[in-house]
Amino acid sequence: MINNSINELHHGLLKKDFSSVELAEYFLSRIKKLNPSINAFITVDEEKSLGQAKLADEKISKGDLNPLTGIPIAQKDIFCAKGWKTTCGSLMLDNFISPYDAYVIEAFNKAGSVNLGKTNMDEFAMGSSNETSYYGPVKNPWNLDYVPGGSSGGSAAAVASRMAPIATGTDTGGSIRQPASLCGLTGLKPTYGLVSRFGMIAFASSLDQAGPMALTAEDCAHMLNVMAGYDERDSTCINRPKEDYLANLDHSIQGLKIGIPKEFFDEGLDANVQKLVEEALNEYKKLGAELVDISLPNTSLAIPVYYVIAPAEASSNLSRYDGVRYGYRAKEYKDLMDMYFKTREQGFGEEVKRRILIGTYVLSAGYYDAYYLKAQKIRKLISNDFKEAFTKCDVIMGPAAPSVAFKSGDKKEDPLAMYLQDIYTISTNLAGLPGMSLPVGQTQGLPVGLQIIGNYFKESQMLNMAHAYQQKTQWHKMMPEGV
Amino acid sequence: MSLNQADLKKIAHLARINVSEEETKVLEEKLQGIMSLIDQMQNVDTDNVEPMSHAIEVSQPLREDIIKETDIRKDSLPLASEVQDSLFVVPQVIE
Repeated sequence: MINNSINELHHGLLKKDFSSVELAEYFLSRIKKLNPSINAFITVDEEKSLGQAKLADEKISKGDLNPLTGIPIAQKDIFCAKGWKTTCGSLMLDNFISPYDAYVIEAFNKAGSVNLGKTNMDEFAMGSSNETSYYGPVKNPWNLDYVPGGSSGGSAAAVASRMAPIATGTDTGGSIRQPASLCGLTGLKPTYGLVSRFGMIAFASSLDQAGPMALTAEDCAHMLNVMAGYDERDSTCINRPKEDYLANLDHSIQGLKIGIPKEFFDEGLDANVQKLVEEALNEYKKLGAELVDISLPNTSLAIPVYYVIAPAEASSNLSRYDGVRYGYRAKEYKDLMDMYFKTREQGFGEEVKRRILIGTYVLSAGYYDAYYLKAQKIRKLISNDFKEAFTKCDVIMGPAAPSVAFKSGDKKEDPLAMYLQDIYTISTNLAGLPGMSLPVGQTQGLPVGLQIIGNYFKESQMLNMAHAYQQKTQWHKMMPEGV
Repeated sequence: MSLNQADLKKIAHLARINVSEEETKVLEEKLQGIMSLIDQMQNVDTDNVEPMSHAIEVSQPLREDIIKETDIRKDSLPLASEVQDSLFVVPQVIE
């Protein structure tokens, strides 16, 4: 079962090779064995998981099923799940038992999937190494001394170590693609507005988007079929006809144009990563695609712009944590003001506080035009770069991250070095475009990811491109030793 | 533009986050670093550029104002630190 795709698990359930309960028990036992060293899960609740698996078995026996019925899934702890502790990796929400389901949780429940547990993450999704979690760092299953990436590092480590066959993630600046790259997975951040953000704890609302993390593009397509859909409870969710993301997987990619942005192969990119990405591009040429040179001239501005817009939105979103209605409250305080100050001092970790303070600064009186407005204008320029590029190509390809995984602790004290991890992923969030990462090789025993950026709502085409590569290569089948 | 200790005190107050004296120095240095990264924006010519506030250009959808949510008071109130008679309790604010 360990390397089975959703299709294979689905057929196993249909043929009664195993039941959903047996499947859940199998993965729960792997969590029990592996999680103490990897720390990918914050909450596991066997009783709840097995309860869902029993219901799935009943559905299957009645023939009331779809490809995801009875399939176990790990859910990033940013999604509110009714009755489950939902922490967002923060002491602030350590005592928060969600009274409702996020849209994404609801969608998988409706499909009959089995929630294996809530995965660890950087606190409030702010980080690229999973070291800012209140629940301790997550380890990279390929080498436990290395980080899994972040912020969806718990989800990435859970799938890479086969503690779960699939997992959900969220991506504000690269939080699905960078950990997918560092852990050797296939992960997709959809077009902004494709997946409802209802019940997904907000970080930077104009950038946040949920997406699938799995071993293959095919499994991501299965997951996206469940996740995408209109939901009136998220006013930015786009009302468009539902697509079947499996439908185009086997299309020929002959003649498709792949744009190669020169700015993605500039200084800052590790030479070994560059070599493997170029080898993957050659493979695409063999598959019949055409490579064209393009330019995204404002690439280097994506990080400065992001570190205005994301903290500004975060400072507003995180003002709700005041110790009054839910969440952490300081134990001792003199008056109401003192309670707010101490609650937020103690309840938030360092990186979160830094970003709230930066966000407060750039929005404060006298600075709004110089920072926030300026950033929004450059965001437009970045978005225009992509519009221009997509007149010359169907998809854009390049590295997902500038390097392979780095050692735990290496960048923890240097926020600027950490921020550079997302240099190739952030611009797509700013433009609202879909992006994905798939494994295309290894160097020093650590995986390297290729990024595919598509035009708006072209997820189907991106999955087709990734699937075509995975039919010819084996990188997505590699498994870390010792798991 | 640089961010000094006075700015830091002011924004910490606006953000309702207590910052101890020891933390101030380290934090100031780290925030300065982030601000110098952000300042790379200042050399860009953005005259006549429309600011982009949404990732996707769409208009706000409208719907009928109908109550659909169920009463989740029973599940929600126990999440607060202090509750009395279905009300959230905070330290006294009016003498």
